[in-house]
Amino acid sequence: MIRFEHVARRYPPGIDALADVSFEVASGEMVLLGGHSGAGKTTLLKLLAAIERPTSGTVLVNGQNVGALKRAAIPYLRRKLGLVFQDQKLLFDRNAFENVMLPLAIAGFSPKESAKRVRAALDKVGLLAREKALPIALSGGEQQRLAIARAVVGRPGILLADEPTAHLDPDTAKDVAAIFHDFHQVGVTVLIATYDDALFAAGASQRLRLSHGRLS
Amino acid sequence: MNAWLVQHLKAFTWALRRLAAAPVNSLLSLLAIGIALALPAGGQMLLGNALQFVGGSGNHTATPQISLFLALDADRKTADGIAARLKNLANAKEVRFVSREEALKRMQANEGLADVIAALPKNPFPDAFVVEPRDESPAATESMREEISHWAKVEHVQLDSAWVRRLDAMLKLGRIGVAMLTLLLGLGLVAITFTTIRLQVLAQRAEIEVSRLLGAAESFIRRPFYYFGALQGLAGGAVAWLIVSAMTAVLAGPVADLAQLYNASVTLMPLATSDALLLLLLAGSLGWLGAALSLGQHSQN
Repeated sequence: MIRFEHVARRYPPGIDALADVSFEVASGEMVLLGGHSGAGKTTLLKLLAAIERPTSGTVLVNGQNVGALKRAAIPYLRRKLGLVFQDQKLLFDRNAFENVMLPLAIAGFSPKESAKRVRAALDKVGLLAREKALPIALSGGEQQRLAIARAVVGRPGILLADEPTAHLDPDTAKDVAAIFHDFHQVGVTVLIATYDDALFAAGASQRLRLSHGRLS
Repeated sequence: MNAWLVQHLKAFTWALRRLAAAPVNSLLSLLAIGIALALPAGGQMLLGNALQFVGGSGNHTATPQISLFLALDADRKTADGIAARLKNLANAKEVRFVSREEALKRMQANEGLADVIAALPKNPFPDAFVVEPRDESPAATESMREEISHWAKVEHVQLDSAWVRRLDAMLKLGRIGVAMLTLLLGLGLVAITFTTIRLQVLAQRAEIEVSRLLGAAESFIRRPFYYFGALQGLAGGAVAWLIVSAMTAVLAGPVADLAQLYNASVTLMPLATSDALLLLLLAGSLGWLGAALSLGQHSQN
């Protein structure tokens, strides 16, 4: 489902964020991506979503060479992925419901079908009662869950998350981790970049550890 | 409803909401566009009225005429002979005879001249003909005048085309003026839209970035801004129409009074509907163009 072949990403002036990274993730796996801050976890996820392109090597998602995708094809790749960003990237002038609605509006779902799906996603992360709330009125844990709801509302086959439990207290972090386990349970391929391996260890089938841009 | 229609409807309502979200800014933009477009639209309105006034529609405001006056001692038989010769001319479309009695009667009807004419011992007017040429080109009418002036008992031949040409030249100048205003202020509209769209894009930066990350195609991101530009242009065009209509209403009275002093009856007509629709169409498309240029510039950066 996901395959990296000797992938390198170099930022000017000659800093290797990733170097010679190769691994494979099968469909339905839950993979943890560990490593210290600055080890290249975020860069790796960005290559998967074609937010950045590899300097060399090949990134394959569903057999598609993501690094060589034409600009016009990138949106369609991203619609098949669920992305949870480190800084969440919620829109603060829209309420919870509208934030989760955005991916469906982009994909062109009818308003009626969208509303059903949005409520289902909000229900899944326990935010159904707060659909009218603006993100600013939500706690850190609630914001993180809202970001997850937005990532999964389009029912992606692959869920990518970048430090989804950073800045959360241990109990809230456990709740959030449980949500990812639930999605893994129903067959979604999950790739989580985290420094807190123990939290997700239960269902993980593979642990990758990055150190200075290399897998160790 | 299909997805395509839903997305367009959404983009359209978004644009409307953005216009309504900052009413003062929108109003000022609309006013700027409206005033800019009111200049050429007002010019077109005045030009239309000028054409109306000189009694024609389109380019042929008045056809040139040749007037020929017979000698005072020419009798009716001579006049009949000349009438026949005129009708035989290849280039004569219409020949109209104005007898000396008719000319006198017409002049007596004019208030200012009645007293003067009454004081005259006898009718000072000659028999006359008015000829409308078939070929209205200056060369053809001039050669016709030349030919007729050599006939016996023809005292004077006058080519009444100078004023027509002057009028034509003035109207042409007016048309060029309106065209130039349209071009310049149309460019102004594009510039105004360019700037407002740029500001909108900057204000929506977070939303655009997130939408891209969530898989929005470029067309999805741009569509609302196109609608915004076109709507703003269209509304500005409507403002221009209002301004010109108000101008017409305000000027109608004074113009009629002024015309009264010259013994003419003039009603100032509002901008023709076809011109108004053209104005709206032009304003809408120029707004769209401004948005397209602005978005093109934005995606390059």
